[in-house]
Amino acid sequence: MSTISDSDHIDGNGAAGPFSEALGIDATNAVLTCARCARPSRFAEARVYDGAGLVARCPECTSVLGRLVSTPTDAWLDLRGAASIRVALPGGTPR
Amino acid sequence: MTEPATIARLRLGWRVATAVEIREVTPTARTIVFDVPGWPGHAAGQHVDVKLTSSDGYSAQRSYSIAAPADGDRVELTVQRLPGGEVSSYLVDELVVGDQLELRGPIGGWFTWHGTETMPVLLVAGGSGIVPIMTMVRQRARIADPPPFTLLYSVRTPADIYYDAELRSRPGLDVTILFTRKAFGTNRPAGRIGPDDLAAARPSGMDARTYICGPTSFVETVSVLLLAQGQNPGTIRTERFGPSGGR
Repeated sequence: MSTISDSDHIDGNGAAGPFSEALGIDATNAVLTCARCARPSRFAEARVYDGAGLVARCPECTSVLGRLVSTPTDAWLDLRGAASIRVALPGGTPR
Repeated sequence: MTEPATIARLRLGWRVATAVEIREVTPTARTIVFDVPGWPGHAAGQHVDVKLTSSDGYSAQRSYSIAAPADGDRVELTVQRLPGGEVSSYLVDELVVGDQLELRGPIGGWFTWHGTETMPVLLVAGGSGIVPIMTMVRQRARIADPPPFTLLYSVRTPADIYYDAELRSRPGLDVTILFTRKAFGTNRPAGRIGPDDLAAARPSGMDARTYICGPTSFVETVSVLLLAQGQNPGTIRTERFGPSGGR
């Protein structure tokens, strides 16, 4: 694994467009639980790197949560690094 | 408008945006107002994706924060020219009124302030991280009896301040500008944001809903300092845009 510096990434806010498009929901408020360290975090807080596609990493342990590769016709979303994804349902009590 | 923390089917189609107004902000940044027919409105803190496509079909896409609250079909961005930035250079140096590009949004439901929240608000901006935060400041000005806002704004030199006159004339907004390279009009020596700056800005006795936006290292620094001062992590919302310079 290459060295991950403290500042060569953005967070999930700036990458929310492509991820929200692929998921069909606002990605920033989705809570992903890391399959490696089990920490739940909002996608907005993920570390996002632009490399082989967009790579979202856990803010706690930097393990890969998900990867998104977009072609002109399809989005390929690999979420094997997330044990679960939690999304709030309509009608729930807003934060 | 309530906070859209709930699942909602997104329709993120690309729309044609026409530049209708351009204002210089600093020597390296400008505000561009686009007319976007059918724009659905947005919350303070949200952003858009911008796509440029050249005649040979090559296209480049970037994310930019919206700089002003919802106003019909108008979408206002403030863009900083980044060294070697192919999209930002075009937007800051070449785009003229009447030009068109593709834009989609609004995007993001986390780094947002809707005006219905009652907690005091602490805003901490580094460089062009001021843009989404300025939308919150402008949104606040539309509201009757708004909560107190405190803004800490870190810039290199006085020439790098965005929206200078407007920030100084906003009633009820407590603004402190921190200079990192060259100070002006302040007793604080130039330097990076530190614990004393944050301690002085935090309201006493309670946590403020806090928004931090800027380069990644700036956001990390401020977050760590606030947590070290005992602030509840649940009150902090952050947006990081990368190594430096901003978007």
